[in-house]
Amino acid sequence: MAEIQAKDSGGKGGKPKAKKHSTKIDMTPMVDLGFLLLTFFVMTTTLAKPQTMEINMPVKAKDQEEQSQLKASNALTILMGENNKVFWYAGLPDAPAAPGVQVTDYSANGIRKVLLARRSNKDLMVLIKPMEKGTYKNMVDILDEMNITGIGKYAIIDVDPRDEELVKKVQ
Amino acid sequence: MPKIKTHRAAPSLDMTPMVDLAFLLVTFFMLISQFQPEEVVTVTTPSSTSQIKIPESNVITLTVDKGGRVFFGVDGKNTKAELLDKMAAKYNVTFSEQERAKFANLPSFGVPITQLKSLLALPKEQLKKANQPGVPMDSLNNELGNWVHQTRMANPQTVIAIKGDEGADVPTIKKVIKTLQDYKVNRFNLITSQEGGPSSI
Repeated sequence: MAEIQAKDSGGKGGKPKAKKHSTKIDMTPMVDLGFLLLTFFVMTTTLAKPQTMEINMPVKAKDQEEQSQLKASNALTILMGENNKVFWYAGLPDAPAAPGVQVTDYSANGIRKVLLARRSNKDLMVLIKPMEKGTYKNMVDILDEMNITGIGKYAIIDVDPRDEELVKKVQ
Repeated sequence: MPKIKTHRAAPSLDMTPMVDLAFLLVTFFMLISQFQPEEVVTVTTPSSTSQIKIPESNVITLTVDKGGRVFFGVDGKNTKAELLDKMAAKYNVTFSEQERAKFANLPSFGVPITQLKSLLALPKEQLKKANQPGVPMDSLNNELGNWVHQTRMANPQTVIAIKGDEGADVPTIKKVIKTLQDYKVNRFNLITSQEGGPSSI
């Protein structure tokens, strides 16, 4: 309660005080200050910590023998081009499987459909190749698609000159 | 019918519970809040559906801005002090006690080590405006790699996070990743902002 009970017993020999002031305190300024501080801390605090994506890059193989060969039927290559375009093909760059190099986008009906259609293949390896003109956002988007579709096997690798040829043909 | 006399309550209000609550909240926010460290550059991180949070401490943040500049930042004053000593010894630069103290308070920087001295000499207000060209990471003079390497030597628990701008170009990001891989860092984080996942796939 705001009212403070005035106690008569003091240090001065229990002498009753001559004058009784009102013991009510006006708390409005304190409330003002309290809410001011509250507002300040609510505004400045950063509750939402940034999210992260964990990436594990493969350890560099020392020689060719250590590298495992990828079967053409399990490979899916995604190339991120400029202007938010995605090029993809199944198989190896020497001979992309039918229907050849396709162009799509980052929407839910774009590259995600392609990935979902191939998700049942447990050995699927997605080769992510960011091209020079792409942006970092595209890279994160594709990695995010891997997360969404639940494909665990993927790698970010450099663009092959053969890939560039393929993309040029489509463009 | 007699008029009902309404009893007038006193207009004063007992504000004690409200004050209690307000101060409780103040205390709560004071304790949990962490002030955002001042950034040398503002980057807009791309969004992702990832739910993993970044660890609170022992994080090396490599900020990549739109122009392809790379900034190096690490938290922990002790780590930073030890790191500066190691880097100073490696590059034959000496730092005074004052400069070391200032470096320990620096959240991140983007200058070659030869220019670090003049950056630290700047007063605090000018530090933000200072033109920082980014930490060099050419194959001949890979200071970024050394910074990361020495930080990990100073504090092996550090986690590496890349904070790239949406518009950062791929060659720069690739170069950063390659640098990390050259120093046997094969595991790192990409800082993103949150985005709601698709409702169904």
